[in-house]
Order: sequence, then structure tokens, then C-alpha cells
Amino acid sequence: MAVALLLLLVAIGSVLFHLYSPWWWTPIATNWSYIDQTINITFWITGFVFTAVVAFMAYCVFRFHHREGRQADYNPENKKLEWWLSVGTGVGVAAMLAPGLVVWHQFVTVPADATEIEVMGQQWQWSFRLPGKDGRLGTSDVRNINPDNPMGLNRDDPHGQDDVVVENGDLHLPIGKPVKVLLRSVDVLHDFYVPEFRAKMDMVPGMVTYFWIRPIRTGTFDVLCAELCGAAHYQMRAKVIIEEESDYHAWLDQQKTFAELSGPTAVVRATYQSGGK
Amino acid sequence: MVDVPYDRIAGIPPAEAPDVELYHPKSWLTRYVFSQDAKVIAIQYSLTASAIGLVALVLSWLMRLQLGFPGTFSFIDANQYLQFITMHGMIMVIYLLTALFLGGFGNYLIPLMVGARDMVFPYVNMLSYWIYLLAVLVLASTFFVPGGPTGAGWTLYPPQAILSGTPGQDWGIVLMLSSLILFIIGFTMGGLNYVVTVLQARTRGMTLMRLPLTVWGIFTATVMALLAFPALFVGSVMMLLDRLLGTSFFMPSLVEMGQLSKYGGGSPLLFQHLFWFFGHPEVYIVALPAFGIVSDLISTHARKNIFGYRMMVWAIVAIGALSFVVWAHHMYVSGMYPYFGYFFATTTLIIAIPTALKVYNWVLTLWRGNIHLTPPMLFALGFIVTFVNGGLTGLFLGNVVVDVPLSDTMFVVAHFHMVMGVAPIMVVLGAIYHWYPKVTGRMLNDVLGKFHFWVTFLGAYLIFFPMHYLGLLGVPRRYFELGEAAFIPPSAHSLNEFITVVALTVGFAQMVFLFNLAWSLFEGAPSGGNPWRATTLEWQTPETPPGHGNWGKELPIVYRWAYDYSVPGAAEDFIPQNQPPTTGAVQGATP
Repeated sequence: MAVALLLLLVAIGSVLFHLYSPWWWTPIATNWSYIDQTINITFWITGFVFTAVVAFMAYCVFRFHHREGRQADYNPENKKLEWWLSVGTGVGVAAMLAPGLVVWHQFVTVPADATEIEVMGQQWQWSFRLPGKDGRLGTSDVRNINPDNPMGLNRDDPHGQDDVVVENGDLHLPIGKPVKVLLRSVDVLHDFYVPEFRAKMDMVPGMVTYFWIRPIRTGTFDVLCAELCGAAHYQMRAKVIIEEESDYHAWLDQQKTFAELSGPTAVVRATYQSGGK
Repeated sequence: MVDVPYDRIAGIPPAEAPDVELYHPKSWLTRYVFSQDAKVIAIQYSLTASAIGLVALVLSWLMRLQLGFPGTFSFIDANQYLQFITMHGMIMVIYLLTALFLGGFGNYLIPLMVGARDMVFPYVNMLSYWIYLLAVLVLASTFFVPGGPTGAGWTLYPPQAILSGTPGQDWGIVLMLSSLILFIIGFTMGGLNYVVTVLQARTRGMTLMRLPLTVWGIFTATVMALLAFPALFVGSVMMLLDRLLGTSFFMPSLVEMGQLSKYGGGSPLLFQHLFWFFGHPEVYIVALPAFGIVSDLISTHARKNIFGYRMMVWAIVAIGALSFVVWAHHMYVSGMYPYFGYFFATTTLIIAIPTALKVYNWVLTLWRGNIHLTPPMLFALGFIVTFVNGGLTGLFLGNVVVDVPLSDTMFVVAHFHMVMGVAPIMVVLGAIYHWYPKVTGRMLNDVLGKFHFWVTFLGAYLIFFPMHYLGLLGVPRRYFELGEAAFIPPSAHSLNEFITVVALTVGFAQMVFLFNLAWSLFEGAPSGGNPWRATTLEWQTPETPPGHGNWGKELPIVYRWAYDYSVPGAAEDFIPQNQPPTTGAVQGATP
């Protein structure tokens, strides 16, 4: 029975494709292996349901296709069966939802010791900002943006003076330290997307959004934009480098702070305003 | 399985309102062009939707060419690529699927299936089509204006949609929003008609619980559309004001190409909430008519009553209601309030339960049936496979934290094409094979139909199933070129080539279908009035194709539900809904 066989082939072929697919998620680089595990649970449950439904259909087509003299059954409904199926489905759904919500709770609960860093998107490049010695990022506003101040930092904010500004360069992060990534856009929606991080979030002009990660392995990873942002969306790239703490500090020491970038007058003014600290 | 005990046919009440006086066309123009007959309007809707749908099909070939063989086709640049994806998406979702299911199938089938002579407001119904046509023309005109159509993606997210970094910022977006506004006005006229007709113009004996599921599906989808489209209407008007008058509904302070813009104080997220408040119900506005129609296809061609009719009706209503409280699952990574995630993930996964129930009932209808593997049945089987597949991947994307890595990747593209592209189109095609004999009086060619089915079904599956795994790998969507990225292996490019080749093949197979439609119109075997031996009223009309007023002198009277197939002891394996009970003979159940 060709139709039944082909249907069965679709079910079996899908399972085999899943098992032998050379296309699979990238090796994870952050603490979010829980997300991968939740995806795996979901694959198991949905894979079972898909195979069962299609195989059952194939069997029906094989067993009950029209032949001379066949008469179909007449059974309008079966309350008991329908309720059992609903309950079974409900259990399956709960088995996927419960771990999902638990992991989501972790996702939205940022550890207290996370370092805040900032990623800014604009058409079509990335900029990064890391807190200086004071461990805090200064305030910013889109209205402050000009060629000398591409991230729109507030010149009067003492916390911003020692912020490390990386314009259109690569981001370095130390391994093992939780990081809260603050996300900002100055023009349209963007999305800071590193496949190996699993976490991602849109950047919305007028808002600061965030996610948090704890890098667990060193390496260099591609940064892509995952939210359509205009003509050169596909070219909006950067790299993020996760390295040992000592390498990270060596890199950090070579970067320019906001005050250094803004020239001597800014430094003097800032020193004056912060009382010489 | 337990048989429900047979019920006596309830007495048929007398008509509460006299038969309506129809408008009778006096000239060729009012009969075929400015027609007020729902059947003519249905065909007008269907032809217009198919024509613009073919444009969207060609756009999909162009974008697949670019994805499969980047750098090969110099006539496609990054701007055009974005314009192609935008127009393809918008046309397919709104101007093809919504218009075809509601304007096309709704207009043709509702009056016939409920035993009415026509829609209750024929003149408004006619206006509905002409405004729809205008909306389509405005949309199509964007291909010819300076700057071309908008390339903002079919979601039209601001601020991008109206800023200069996006193609079509001059005219394209303005005309797109205007076209949507027109579409919604036109749809509202049609939609009110469908709802009132189902509620008020059913023939004697046609209780709500005797309606075929096709009518239930279209009816519920229309009610939803009437509630959901206003959100898009408002969003479109506001964005148009932002673009033309410089208001700031959706525009915060921002820098446009290095310059501080004049905007300030608006919220991009507000648009996303409005868009998806419409956009998610929209998925079910397309799906519910497909659910209804496929139920009738399966029942008729398996010669068996639909299993669990009452549960099917309640599932349709429950899905319709629930679909209004799940919209923000499209926005898990939008930067909205993160605690929304718990609520929307829960509602989204709950909606899986009534949906799964419908799937069980379809396959249980096949169980111990008498399955005729006609083209409509084949397409129904293809629908079940693709819908189950696409529905299950929805459980990934709906489960908030799982969505985080998968959102904005090819996984999403594969998911929604499988569940609201391929699956509903399987139903559309099956339904055309099923009802073409009623519309034209001739059968479509069976051999061509089966060829069409297998190429379309297997091809579409080969396109979209592997595509999920590109997304799992992390390949982002809406990319003109993948470019250099360490995580994308060369094999991913080979897979993209493969998908493109299959997509072109499936595309060209549709030409076989178009040929079949045209050829059978003149050369197809005469079908007679009821070639599938179906129970529902549209197959019991005195003429085929049905004449103006549908029923001749007397409206039919309905004595039973729509699914009396293979009733034990009956002379034939179907009993039409309007066949009166004969004393002493075995009657079907009317649950």
C-alpha cells in the first residue's frame, strides 16, 4: 500500500534525520545548558507524539482503505477516550512547561554579583562599554551622541569617566564571572546574538534591556544581529572573546576610558566635578 | 468505542421569517462583475487572492535563489531581498490565506451549507470584494513606485519600518499601511456578513450543533478576525501618522543616520503588542477554517462520521478564545517585561490541548473508516502530517526559555511555514479538488491531482523539515547572505542549495495544478450534483453549479447532523442532511 508506506517513511525518515543530522546546536559557552536540556526534553516528547500520530495514520490507511464491500463503523463519539487523550496531552504539556518555567525563572533572576556591561547597537555596528575601576557604568542619553561621544555618555557623570569604551571593536569577557549584559540601541531594533551563549535579547531604542550569562569556556565567538535592522542587517558583526581573567585584565588596561577619549578638558572638568577623587 | 443511542429526529419548527427577496441582476455587468451573489463574489475573491498569491510564490523563488546560491544572481541585492521577504510574508498571510479562506471559501460555502439563498447583506458583500481588490492593487503598486515596496519585514516593526535605513521608506511603507487599512475595511464588511448569515439565515432544522465543521471553523475565525483586525488597524493608522505627520506613537528619541531625529517619547514595543494582538489570532484565523474544512474532507472521503463532533466544536471555540491571550509569545526576546513570560508560556502551551484533541479526532475518524484515497483525502492526510509537525515545534517556541535561543533563527521560519503555510495550503488544495465539481460541474483530473499532491507534500516537507536544524545550529533569519561565521559549516550552505532546488521544483509543480484547473473546466468529466456522495447541503442543490438563490423554489429542511455516513442499516453509505426520516427505518444519531 504505497500511501501508507510513504507516510511511514516520512515518520521514520524524520526520526533518522534527527538522529544523524550534521546540523546541531553549537557547543555551549555559557551556563545556559539548562536551556539545551529543556529543548532535549521537548524533542523527546514531541518526537514521540509525531511518530505515534503519523504511524497510526499510516496504519489506518493501510488497514482501512477502500475495498469493495467495506463499510465504515458508525461511532459518533467516545467521551471516555476523548477525556483520557486530553489528560494525557495535559501531562505531556506540563512535562515540557514545568522545566521551561523553572529555567525561565533563572533566566530572569540576575545574580547579585554580576558585573554590568553595556552593548550598544546602531545601524550597523556594535559598541561596548565596560565599567572602570569604580565598577559602575555612567549614565547616557541618545541626545548626547556626537562624533566625539558615539555612545552618548553623560559628560557630567563622574561614574562614566573611567568607563572603557570600545567603539566598533571586539568585546572581551573573563571566564567564570557572571555578567549582566545591558542592551541599548540608538536607532532601530537590534538583537545581540551569540549562538554559543544561547541567551539573547532585543535592543530597543528608548529602553535598556538585558540578559545575563556566566561564560564557561574560553574562545572567540561571532556576534550577529538577530533582529531585522535595515539594509545591512546581515553585515552587522563583531566578535566576543572569552578569556582567562589575567588575559582579560591585560586587554582591559590597553583600552581607552571615556575621559581619555574625550580629551584633556573633559578630564579636568570631571576631576573638578567629582571633587578630585 | 461506545455507540451513542439513536435519537428520534426532533420536530422541525416552522420558519420564523419569510423567504428573502433577492436582488436579481439585470445585465451581464451586474451578474458577473458587480455581482451581489455570494458565489460570484467567492470566485472573484479566490481569483484575486490566487493572482497575488502567485506573485508571492515568485518572490519566494527569488529569495530561495539568493539563499541557495548567494552571490550568483547579480539582479538581487540586499535591499531587494528584504523587499521580497516582506511582500512574500504579507501577501501570503493576509492577502492570500485570509482572503481565500474567508472571502473565498466563506462566501461560497456559508450560504450553501447553512441552507440560505445568499449572504444577508449582498450589497455590502459586493463592496467588500471591491475594497479588497483596491487593497490588493495598492499593495501591488508598491512594486512600481520610487524606492519600491517596504523591506521592513512583514511584521513592519518600527522604528525601522519608517526610517531611512530600510528600503521602501518613501512610498513603500505608506502604501503598505494604506493597503492594510483598506483590507481591514473591506474584510469587516464581508466578516459581518458571514457572522450574521450563520446566526440568522440558517434554514429550518439547521441548529448550530448540526452545522458542518467547515461552517464552524469559518464562523469562529470570522468572529476572531472582527475582534483582532482592529488592533492592526489602529497600529497601521498610528504608524502612518508617525511617518507622514511626524507624530511619535512608536518613536522614541533616536539617531537617524547620525542625526538626532525629531521623534521622541513613543514606544516601539507598543506597536509590537498591537501587531501581535492581531497577529496571533491571525494564525488561527487561517487555521480554524482549515480545521473545519479538513474535518469535512476526512469524514466524507473516509465515509465515516467525524469522531467527537461536539468536542470538535468546543475545541474550535476554545482555541478561538485562548488565541487572544497568547500574543506576547512572539515577544519573549523583545525586551518586554520579563515576568510576562510565565503567563504567556502557560497560556500558549494550554492551547496545545484542544489543538491536539482535534488531531486525535481526525485520525480516529480514519480508524475503521472506508478510506477513499482521492486527492482531497490525500491532501487532508498531508495536512495532518504537516500540521502535527508544525504544531509540535510550536511547543518549542511557545515555551518561553526554549524560545530564547531559537527566536529569530531559521527554526522559526521553518515552524511557521510548516504550520501556517504548508498545512493550510494543503487544505486549500484539498478543498479545491473537493468543491471544484460543485463550482464548475466538472471533475478535476485525478492522475494530475495525485501527482500534484505527492510533489507538493513530499517537496514541502523536504524544504521545511531540515530547515529547523539550520535554526537549531543558529542560522539567523532575514539574512541576505550568511557571510563569514565560524559556527556555520559548509554543509549548511549545501543544505540551503538543496532546499532551493526542492522549492523551485515544488513551485513548478503548481503549474500542473493550474493546468488541471483550466483544462478540466472544459474537458473534465461531468460531475453530477454530488460526486463524492456527501451529506452536506451544498451537494443537494437542484442545479450544479447552483443557480442564483441556490435552492430553486423551496429552501431545504434539515433533519439531521452533517455526518450520517455509513449508518448501519441505511440503504446507502450516506444520508443527506435534508433527507426526511422515514418511519421504521434506522436513523442516524443527532448528538
